[in-house]
Amino acid sequence: MPAWLNLSAEEWTAVCLSLRISFWAMACSLPFGIILALALARGRFWGKSLLDGLVHLPLILPPVVTGYFLLILFGRQGPIGGFLAENFGIVLAFRWTGAALACAIMGFPLMVRAIRLSIEAVDFRIEEAAGTLGASPVWVFFTITLPLILPGILSGMILSFARAMGEFGATITFVSNIPGETQTLPTAIYTFTQVPGGDFQALRLTLISLIVSLGALLLSNVMARQVSKRIGQT
Amino acid sequence: MSLIVEAKHCLGDFRLDASFTSEGGLTALFGQSGAGKSSLVNIISGLVRPDRGRVIVNGEVLLDTAQQIFVPRHRRRIGYVFQEDRLFPHLTVRQNLLYGHWFTARADRYESLDHVVDLLGIAHLLGRKPARLSGGEKQRVAIGRALLASPRLLLMDEPLASLDDTRKAEILPYIERLRDETKIPIVYVSHSVPEVTRLATTVVVMADGKVTGAGSVQEVISQTSLFPMTGRAEAGAVIEAKVIGHDDDYQLTQLECGAGILTVSRLDMAIGMPVRIRVRAGDIMLALSPHEGLSALNVLPAVIREIGEIKGPSIDIGLDCGGEMLTARLTRASADKLKLRPGAEIYAVIKSIAFDNENLSRPPNP
Repeated sequence: MPAWLNLSAEEWTAVCLSLRISFWAMACSLPFGIILALALARGRFWGKSLLDGLVHLPLILPPVVTGYFLLILFGRQGPIGGFLAENFGIVLAFRWTGAALACAIMGFPLMVRAIRLSIEAVDFRIEEAAGTLGASPVWVFFTITLPLILPGILSGMILSFARAMGEFGATITFVSNIPGETQTLPTAIYTFTQVPGGDFQALRLTLISLIVSLGALLLSNVMARQVSKRIGQT
Repeated sequence: MSLIVEAKHCLGDFRLDASFTSEGGLTALFGQSGAGKSSLVNIISGLVRPDRGRVIVNGEVLLDTAQQIFVPRHRRRIGYVFQEDRLFPHLTVRQNLLYGHWFTARADRYESLDHVVDLLGIAHLLGRKPARLSGGEKQRVAIGRALLASPRLLLMDEPLASLDDTRKAEILPYIERLRDETKIPIVYVSHSVPEVTRLATTVVVMADGKVTGAGSVQEVISQTSLFPMTGRAEAGAVIEAKVIGHDDDYQLTQLECGAGILTVSRLDMAIGMPVRIRVRAGDIMLALSPHEGLSALNVLPAVIREIGEIKGPSIDIGLDCGGEMLTARLTRASADKLKLRPGAEIYAVIKSIAFDNENLSRPPNP
């Protein structure tokens, strides 16, 4: 390993924390992402465009605003945060779990969008055919729809993960920048740029961030190609 | 087996108000596109819920809006072969075939993979994905998939419409086998006279969302009133005949029907086999006497039944050839020259070559 890659313990913690937060942000938002994408692609209900707007809100709001909303809602004094802390002992504010929540919400519109597009691309007539063959709607979803939208789900997951790796504004507003607890790659980079002589460390972490993001993107391409080969659409 | 269908349904400007019954065999829903055939079939299958209607298969009520009964599509056990194949792209042919089989309760299964694969000749395709099948192969797999769900009724919505003539010819024999070898009642949607003539046991004619006629193929296809619908070239009559002899020298086959003996191109059928013949109105010439020196091999004595309506330059003449009702289409000029009138005795002349493969078929088993 080249000498310049010898990270300090603090830097390693930031890298690992970022990976952990991004993974959980992606994993926990996935079921909700699929359900919401299904509702938006196929559902017909009152308030659909309102829900659509709400899902997309983190994409257009300044991240600081999203973070501040989270602080108000999920902070210890907030209505949801207070409820969770009193009844379940779950505290999100200024914890890595809170960072995961912020990242999940920031990546959610990207995830829902990717899955929704892939659902809209599925020919509903194929699902009708499955119905006439005796498959109930739930079976149709698990045997036909889900395998066919797998590439979309994969790209949604990767987008959400990559967004979480880069998330800064909402995270720092909601859970601050506590080394070892909530200091992620971007906030660590920010910290290093703020101290004299930290340029080298900032650059080093920037490179790592670049490699992780690029790797995720390449991985997603390879996986998507394999999945679409397996489902016979190439 | 019995099928009762009644439906009233509005789709925008289109009003469907149709009903028919079937006692099994292959019931053809026949009519131009936009007549409401597909809508009716979608109602039978449960894909569409009509404003008002009833669907009863073998006494089991699947739909009765008056009683608030609507059995969802996946519990109807009605097979559906669509115009497009609608195969599952991510599954192999074998998985596609077994999909419905898997959802069918063990006690209800009467079809096996081996039998269906053999019936449709698709053994060599089992390991492939649908993307690597030809149009005709896809449609055969789609038929097999529907069969393997062991349906109590099979719906086929123009299953040949998206295929070229060669592929059609490839699949038609399989549908005939299906009709004759399995006892599944079939509702077959088509706007093609040759297909209906070849396959149907009974025909239900639809136009503008209504049923305008129903009966056996001979009765329905011969009705002059249908001719505007079937198009000029397709107008004609259907008669049932029997193979009585072959002439290997001249490559000809003799058929016996009520009208007499017809000579057609050599058929690959045993003596005594029944044949269904479609005689197009445009293929019949009329003569006042059985002329010597006529090249046509078929000269049948006939009596003029009726003089039809005048349409442009042509006129349809209804003939009674020894009990077979035929229709000849002539120009008005010829009709006037021959001084045709109802009751007159005349000869119908048909070239043997006029009976091509499309117009000769094996009728359904009784």
